[in-house]
Amino acid sequence: MSKVLVVTSGKGGVGKTTSSAALGAALAQAGKNVVVVDFDVGLRNLDLIMGAERRVVFDLVNVVQGDAKLAQALIRDKRVETLSLLPASQTRDKDALTPEGVERVIGELREKFDWIVCDSPAGIERGATLAMRHADMAVVVTNPEVSSVRDSDRIIGLLDSKTARAEAGETMEKHLLLTRYDAARAARGEMLKVEDVLEILAIPLLGIIPDSEDVLKASNVGCPVTLHNPGSGPARAYAEAARRLLGETVAVTMPTEKKGFMSRLFGRTVA
Amino acid sequence: MSIFSFFSRTRNTAPVARERLQLLLAHERAFSGKSDLAAILQEEILAVIAKHIAIDREKVKVKLDRDGTISTLEIDIEMPEVVPLKN
Repeated sequence: MSKVLVVTSGKGGVGKTTSSAALGAALAQAGKNVVVVDFDVGLRNLDLIMGAERRVVFDLVNVVQGDAKLAQALIRDKRVETLSLLPASQTRDKDALTPEGVERVIGELREKFDWIVCDSPAGIERGATLAMRHADMAVVVTNPEVSSVRDSDRIIGLLDSKTARAEAGETMEKHLLLTRYDAARAARGEMLKVEDVLEILAIPLLGIIPDSEDVLKASNVGCPVTLHNPGSGPARAYAEAARRLLGETVAVTMPTEKKGFMSRLFGRTVA
Repeated sequence: MSIFSFFSRTRNTAPVARERLQLLLAHERAFSGKSDLAAILQEEILAVIAKHIAIDREKVKVKLDRDGTISTLEIDIEMPEVVPLKN
């Protein structure tokens, strides 16, 4: 049975696209048929993060409006065979997406793929609400920072009220992905701790992605961080998160403070 | 640089962030979907008052404020001359 997963946050720049690419690639490496769909019409970037920017011919808007067939718009990843990308349009705006068109495309994608990862645009307008509309579950990407946490809270409210599942009276499974986490700064009391964010947002933790230069390095070369440097902190954290999405029980690895003796001493895991 | 800035550096900002968020979100969750509450209250309260007293709508101030766990609705109506409409 296929799963539609929306990666959302409300706030921009917290790591939705990075996380969509990394989780999509990790799910595909686990043998699942995965498509990552860019809903950020007008400001597409998933193609760039996945290194497929020169291969875009048709896009989501073309398919929604019936100008191109789904198969024509899908871009197969060159590194992982089971990973595909459905890019957003760069020249149109978000109003080019219609609720009926998106519903039809999601339905078609459900027939072809095990996982449909919807990369939501920032904000709470049409693009974001359409990205979450048909989701079965949601990953809420949050930075340990006040404005990001507030926006995530708002998005959680929308997931529980404006989605097809919510309107049908079903529950929407929501997971928190805490990104750009700096364990050393949190330990010094300069940054919200994992427990703080979890207590405030009150949704289960999917993973903690350490703040790391590896993320920028991977985006520079257009490769999901899970494929670019699988041994890096963020890649391991994303791979773990993907296993949790697949239903495995994996203890969350707490990012440690840059491999010092003290951090090893106090490095710990939470259930 | 005063000696106080040396000490203030050791003060943690994360607990402040946590506290501010908890207060704010408690409020936002309670009022979610009622973003125009102040406007609705203003209309309805004024309608009640206007039944009995002639009021100048330009001279009405409505303020919704919150402080800690208490939310206050402040309605300031200027009445130039109290003239009952009906008696």
